[in-house]
Amino acid sequence: MNGVDFSFADQHLCALASGALWWPDLKLLCVSDLHLGKSERMARRGAPALPPYDNHDTLNRLAVDLERTKAEMVVCLGDSFDDLDASITLESCEKMQISSLQAGRRWIWIEGNHDPGPIELGGTHLSEWTCGPLVFRHIAQAGGQSEVSGHYHPKASVRIKGRSITRPAFLLDCNRLILPAYGTYTGGLRSSDPALSNLMETGAMAILTGSQPQIIPMPRRV
Amino acid sequence: MTQIPTRIAAWFAAKGWSIHPHQQEMFDRAQDPASLLIAPTGGGKTMAGFLPSLVELADGGHKGLHTIYVSPLKALAADIKRNLRTPVDEIGLPIRIEDRTGDTSATQKKRQRADPPHILLTTPESLALLTSYEDAPRMFDGVQRVVVDEIHALAESKRGDQLMLALARLQHLCPDMRRVGLSATVEDPAAIARFLARHPDPCRIIQADPGPDPDISMLETQEMPPWSGGGAAYAIPAVLDQIRQHKTTLIFHNTRAQAEIFFHNIWLANDEGLPIGIHHGSLDRQQRERVEAAMVRGDLRAIVCTGSLDLGIDWGDVDLVIQIGAPKNVKRLVQRIGRANHRYNAPSKALLVPANRFEVVECVAALEAAKAHELDGESRGSGPRDVLCQHILIAAAAGPFNANTLFTEMTSAGPYAQLTRTEFDACLEFCATGGYALRAYDRWQRLQQRPDGLWQLRDPRAAQRIRMNLGTIQDTDTLKVRLKRNRGGKPLGEVEETFAASLTPGDTFLIGGQIVRYEGLREMVVEVSRRADKKPKIATFSGTKFATSTQLSERILHMFAQPDWPQLPSHTAEWLALQRDMSHLPQRDRLLIESFPNDGRENLCVYGFAGRNAQQTLGLLLTKRMEETGLAPLGFVATDYATLIWGLDEVTDPRPLFQLGALRDGLDKWLAGNAVMKRTFRASATIAGLIERNIGGQRKNGRQATFSSDILYDTLLKYDPNHLLMQITREEAMRGLVDFGRIEAMVARIGDRIDLLRLDRVSPLAAPLFLEVGKVPVKGAAEERLLAEESARLLQVAGLQPM
Repeated sequence: MNGVDFSFADQHLCALASGALWWPDLKLLCVSDLHLGKSERMARRGAPALPPYDNHDTLNRLAVDLERTKAEMVVCLGDSFDDLDASITLESCEKMQISSLQAGRRWIWIEGNHDPGPIELGGTHLSEWTCGPLVFRHIAQAGGQSEVSGHYHPKASVRIKGRSITRPAFLLDCNRLILPAYGTYTGGLRSSDPALSNLMETGAMAILTGSQPQIIPMPRRV
Repeated sequence: MTQIPTRIAAWFAAKGWSIHPHQQEMFDRAQDPASLLIAPTGGGKTMAGFLPSLVELADGGHKGLHTIYVSPLKALAADIKRNLRTPVDEIGLPIRIEDRTGDTSATQKKRQRADPPHILLTTPESLALLTSYEDAPRMFDGVQRVVVDEIHALAESKRGDQLMLALARLQHLCPDMRRVGLSATVEDPAAIARFLARHPDPCRIIQADPGPDPDISMLETQEMPPWSGGGAAYAIPAVLDQIRQHKTTLIFHNTRAQAEIFFHNIWLANDEGLPIGIHHGSLDRQQRERVEAAMVRGDLRAIVCTGSLDLGIDWGDVDLVIQIGAPKNVKRLVQRIGRANHRYNAPSKALLVPANRFEVVECVAALEAAKAHELDGESRGSGPRDVLCQHILIAAAAGPFNANTLFTEMTSAGPYAQLTRTEFDACLEFCATGGYALRAYDRWQRLQQRPDGLWQLRDPRAAQRIRMNLGTIQDTDTLKVRLKRNRGGKPLGEVEETFAASLTPGDTFLIGGQIVRYEGLREMVVEVSRRADKKPKIATFSGTKFATSTQLSERILHMFAQPDWPQLPSHTAEWLALQRDMSHLPQRDRLLIESFPNDGRENLCVYGFAGRNAQQTLGLLLTKRMEETGLAPLGFVATDYATLIWGLDEVTDPRPLFQLGALRDGLDKWLAGNAVMKRTFRASATIAGLIERNIGGQRKNGRQATFSSDILYDTLLKYDPNHLLMQITREEAMRGLVDFGRIEAMVARIGDRIDLLRLDRVSPLAAPLFLEVGKVPVKGAAEERLLAEESARLLQVAGLQPM
């Protein structure tokens, strides 16, 4: 598997190059912030019509990860839809694509701030979910322990030989793990931003996604 | 033929002025639908442009707007207002003159739309904005003349294309409107005349006497210029000496960063406290206005400046122009020199100060070309379609339109005379639906066709969004810089966002000639405090890139072939001899390649002397082959003479890089993934209205709030590679590149006459290349290797085991 293996809350986990989290013992794949329906929502609000291929692209990448891992369980960590209307206005082919990805798997939708209610699609809808020692929720909570979350769309930058390399990144410390955004039309928040620097403990690490994911001490503001 | 009214003629006589022949000719031709005046600075261009308006307005009979004056600079509009007021007031003409730019207050702007002045002085962007209002027909009712100043500068950019589309709109509203263009000396006046005129109207070209040749030479200094570097600090004592000997000196720089550094250094050496100011586009408006006012009062002995003073602002008694750094092209040099000595028919005086030894060679070549009256320049081709998309949106904001009428109107603009109906329809489709191969958002279309066939905005509120994002100037995103205080300190200017992102608290840098310390970023404002340090930690922020003309390249290559160089200062001749000794000097019929390590990376310098576009293309092609052969290139930069490529591994054999078949194979894919394309896409997508820079008055932070335009580009490339914006991106990118066929021809011509020299360090000729701006990163295997090495290193430093 192309990823970085690490241990968190005594569990063996793997940060995949794609930005998905893989938990091999449970055959569980976790993705965060898919933001399906983003381009449609923007057009609805009167913004320019962005290329309408984002749902297709996000779901295709998810299909590849599911195929590779043979996952039996999927957790979508919230903000799976850009808003609740977006979950309704999905094209029928996109709904079918989601259904076919769900076939034969347990599927959990965690609520996010963009999609804070139940949606019509199959799967279980939960505000948060505890599985063994791990808690899955959308936004990290103060004092959270063994917590897997998303929301911030973290990214990290390193300067090497005069070049700055920035990638979406997993952030990891002794208490929490924050996943990068998986959706195609998503931006990122630098790990050096106070919102993330203050959240993460001393000694936090960042795992940069990309064709060969790499782990480094989490970049902070000096 | 109309006569000049006696009281106006009398005013001229009282000033002791006579009307120049070209002013008289412009007046005699005032009824022509279009005319273009080519005159040197100081040739009374402004009066030639306005005289017919003053005469037509003299009897006070005209109601409403009569003449629209458009200039590329806000400062120029304000300056013309001042200069025009004098004769109008002294003669006592009943003419109201007002300016309207981005700096005009909202109340004033609103009033102008209801009750326009006789003469309105404005910029292309403000004019385009005016045409986007529903009440445009009322405001522009009765307009007789439009005067486009510095049209040679506008014709080089998309701002000019936008202006010509706006004029087409105006002409539609005011069929009698006559057009006048005022231009500095250019190499191809006929091209500018075609650009200006309503197609296919004729446009007469009136040439003023170009005046005597300028008195132009190189500044002699005691100190030698360095091998590389752009600061020209060595010349400071000699420049101060010149300032002392002249009334007012303009000191031009090619980039803002160079201007900042030079200004800082000249102040450190200015023991007698000569009043010297700085003026460039990144400075805060109030700061600029203060300098402009001091200049008008004649309080300043010198101004350190950039292109923001390039255009014909008429300030004070400038009697010397100093150009720091090689002028890069002859036309720009001649236009800048025109700034000195505004008396017509007196030679302008200018001094060139090369910043390094290579620039000495360039300056000598530029001097020879200026003396030979050889101007350079390249034709721009037809108008870009991203601007067309924006103009369709502007038309929609003004009200429902008929597509046939709009097409006819647009093809009357010179730059769009060749536009086909199919091309226009594709742009209209893009504006209406996004124009995607996959039909989507039908309910949310931006433009809808009504039952009567007219097109209109689906949501009328969209007009406001369109107006807020109007314009074609693609600044890199900039952030304001302020002194840190409790409630927002004094604004100092702007820096590029990428520069701000590289700062950590405690870093010091130069802005407005002072050293400041970076304190932090607050709500998209860079907060700084003043420092009394002598040297900034970080020298500069990035600047603009100018291309040298191929014509200068030819002269330089010719010079290199000489056995020795009597026309060059001895230090530069010795420097060239050293290059010949240590490496080679590039020759016309061979290709010199140097390979050397520098600063922990491997470098390859390819001296093609083919012009910047060709060298840029060569950089793309060679990095492709280096990536394929595992040489891990990291990036390249191109100048008119050479391409410098850096990477992780040494190139020992150039032949695999130049294999023609392999160069062609997979080229489309390589090119499509390159940073050049992504940059171009960003600019075109913003102009065409796919990306909005301004939402609700707040420019969005391109980094966090939203995702990058690269994602949109990658998505289109994957799913809709023939989308209109991808076509436009390819067209626009090719303006900065050359046909691959030309590079192939060059490679074929050179054959095996390639000299690869391995050096142990950077050669004299390659040294200046490290300072070039416009670097193109290559994101391939090298980046992954760097990241892996850095990860291992950081983990080791942190005492951690790799996982």
